[in-house]
Amino acid sequence: MSRAAALPIEVAASQAAPASPAPDGLRSDLRLIAEMIEPHSRVLDIGCGDGALLDYLAREKGVDARGIELSQSGVNAGVRHGLSVIQGDADRDLEAFPDGAFDVVVLSQTLQATRQPRLVLEELLRIGKRAIVSFPNFGFWRVRLSLGFRGRMPVTEHLNNSWYDTPNIHLCTIRDFVALCDDIGTRIERSLTLDRHGRPFTLDPRGSLANLLAEQGVFVLSGRTDKR
Amino acid sequence: MSILTEPQLRPRRDWPGHSLVIEEKLLLDCAVELGPFTIAYQTYGTLNPERSNAILICHALTGDQYVADPHPITGNPGWWKTLVGPGGVLDTERYFLICANVLGGCMGTTGPKEINPATGEPWALDFPVLTIRDMVRAQKLLIDHLGIDQLFCVIGGSMGAMQALQWASTYPQSVFASVPIAGAARHSAQNIAFHEVGRQAIMADPDWCGGRYLSLGRNPSRGLAVARMAAHITYLSEAALHRKFGRNLQDRRAVTYGFDADFQVESYLRHQGSTFVDRFDANSYLYITRAMDYFDLAAEHGGSLPAAFGGSQPRFCIISFTSDWLFPTAESRALVHALNAVAANVSFVEIETDKGHDAFLLHEPELFATLRGFLTGCAERRGVTRFWRSRA
Repeated sequence: MSRAAALPIEVAASQAAPASPAPDGLRSDLRLIAEMIEPHSRVLDIGCGDGALLDYLAREKGVDARGIELSQSGVNAGVRHGLSVIQGDADRDLEAFPDGAFDVVVLSQTLQATRQPRLVLEELLRIGKRAIVSFPNFGFWRVRLSLGFRGRMPVTEHLNNSWYDTPNIHLCTIRDFVALCDDIGTRIERSLTLDRHGRPFTLDPRGSLANLLAEQGVFVLSGRTDKR
Repeated sequence: MSILTEPQLRPRRDWPGHSLVIEEKLLLDCAVELGPFTIAYQTYGTLNPERSNAILICHALTGDQYVADPHPITGNPGWWKTLVGPGGVLDTERYFLICANVLGGCMGTTGPKEINPATGEPWALDFPVLTIRDMVRAQKLLIDHLGIDQLFCVIGGSMGAMQALQWASTYPQSVFASVPIAGAARHSAQNIAFHEVGRQAIMADPDWCGGRYLSLGRNPSRGLAVARMAAHITYLSEAALHRKFGRNLQDRRAVTYGFDADFQVESYLRHQGSTFVDRFDANSYLYITRAMDYFDLAAEHGGSLPAAFGGSQPRFCIISFTSDWLFPTAESRALVHALNAVAANVSFVEIETDKGHDAFLLHEPELFATLRGFLTGCAERRGVTRFWRSRA
């Protein structure tokens, strides 16, 4: 532990195995998400980046795939590749969609960058029959080491910006996220915890071990009971 | 007749392209029936046997059907020549391109300078006031005549974007994809205001003669030039004007303490005005600007923009430019939200440029890449291939 703590944080980040790209070139967490999506369904990917997931879903699964992306370069790359992507952001551009417009709404590695994560989550569950949300776990042991022992804001593979230039303004732990889901009254259909190589392992997302060992969480949510 | 002594204003038989006489009457929004009337149009590429590869290009206020030909009056290259050709963004090996001069125009389609059969004189202000929807209705008759059930794409910038949207709203089954560039679902108060300045400049010219200038052998070229100069400023941006001209003087070392064109920007605008009057009819300018002013898709549907696309589902690719203050990005975003509300398939790209509204006519690589990607993606889904002729 002391050895790990002594590592310069940037080295800790670079030592993490590169998120092993699968044969199809899809990032490991996106691949897991893709596996959860039914062929020919209607999907909205919010924060779709360059559209890698959309492209995969459209080509391999015949999905009616749409995307929203904040960066102009990401949007342009998506549209250039024939994908349906609009320039916009999760905080502002979801309210125009009608209820239940999509079978699945994907929010991968974006929740922590929104201004109003709770509102965004509620919008996902309004416009999608199901929502798949992935996010970096701020309870991950390396993150805790960096903050607890070094007294520095953590920089890891999934949180790879310094505090002063990070877009991640609303970080949470897996337990925080589960608590928010309970508060909103949504059902957690399925959850996956991913280690720092992007490999899934099965742990109860409500347990403290998952909160310590998982670098990312991937949650499938559906429906809402009454908002408390 | 004296009008025939104005050769620059007559549609001429030796101009390239085609013209179609529509015999049936067209009922216009102003409740007047127009017809028979003529549509002048140009085509590039070849219609495939399935008739699935036709792209209708809609021109802007002062554009015309000569998308990729030298202009028959000015000799200037076609206004979207950079996009059209084998292997181009508008690939003539793949698509069949059609562009028609709009109703009310002055390049061969029936407009206020053509002869009113009832009087034997040019229509002038007796010509019925048109809307964008009337222009699109006329285009639909042309497309029907060409035997095309569904256009692969309707594309245009500015007023062309209005037409692309009108097509998607009025004839959704006849459009596979719609690409409105630098457009809006309605003309803003500011834009109506600029148009009014232009119209007043024309009507204040003594040579306008209540619109009857052709019959009287005159031409309100000074008024039309001023209208063009004012409008041209709105097509650019402060940054582009500054980059191009700054405060540079025109062929002189110091200001002259007079009202000659001391500054390059003045000289440039005067040139824009004087070349425009050689190719454009003043009354056409009045009628077409009016049609743009009246454009409001939501108003056609009880004030609801999503309702304008209720039945639809063409694919949309909406494009705006950061420095366009005539049709700003906010207008395109409102359109995107309306289309999202009906869960339409829509792409939206805002392109960073300092070239203002006119960016859609200029060399803008990001625009070209976006259009190429969108069209190629649509073509794959529609089964429109390149070089279909050599495979057939």
